[in-house]
Amino acid sequence: MTLTLSHFSAALLFSVFASIVFGITQRNNTRDQIRYGLYCFAMFVGGVIVAGWVMWMLRR
Amino acid sequence: MANPPTTKNEAIATKASAQPITVMSVLAPAVGWLIPGAGHLIQKRWIRGLLLMGSIVIMFVIGLMLEGHVYQPNGGDILDMLGFVGDVGAGGLYILSQAMNWGHGAISHATADYGTKYLIVAGLLNFISVADAYHIAIGKKP
Repeated sequence: MTLTLSHFSAALLFSVFASIVFGITQRNNTRDQIRYGLYCFAMFVGGVIVAGWVMWMLRR
Repeated sequence: MANPPTTKNEAIATKASAQPITVMSVLAPAVGWLIPGAGHLIQKRWIRGLLLMGSIVIMFVIGLMLEGHVYQPNGGDILDMLGFVGDVGAGGLYILSQAMNWGHGAISHATADYGTKYLIVAGLLNFISVADAYHIAIGKKP
């Protein structure tokens, strides 16, 4: 069974799972874990969008 | 003025003796490596354990479904060896993939490289999870 994902959806799924693990392991209490997980997710997705725009500008 | 070496050594020795090796401090990382998230589950951190297990297992499965490459121990190339180090972090999942001969097919589409990265990162995240289980076991983290 194979799966085909677009570049963006693959990056988005990656961000979700990595952020969950980072949130749980890098902070001590539940509130901080959720906040840090959301922060990591925002940074991942933001980084993807910024990198996408940078590549678009380089291509032009 | 800095502390004399003897005082510093005493402080380190006191700190080390304050964290004795317990059964759980050995068992939790070992079980956590073999089954992602299980190191937390055996310490009754149910939600954290299930979230870690779900995240790491799903990442590994998606990596396989994207037809990612599972690295072998004797890759030869330095990048293959690093890939192996990442993959082997997934513990039981890596052993299972080797036993079932998964992750050795020909790459047939452009995003398959994402699969390889998913597999490596799943293993690396499990290493972090194992370290976290150890910190819980020694009382460094609640």
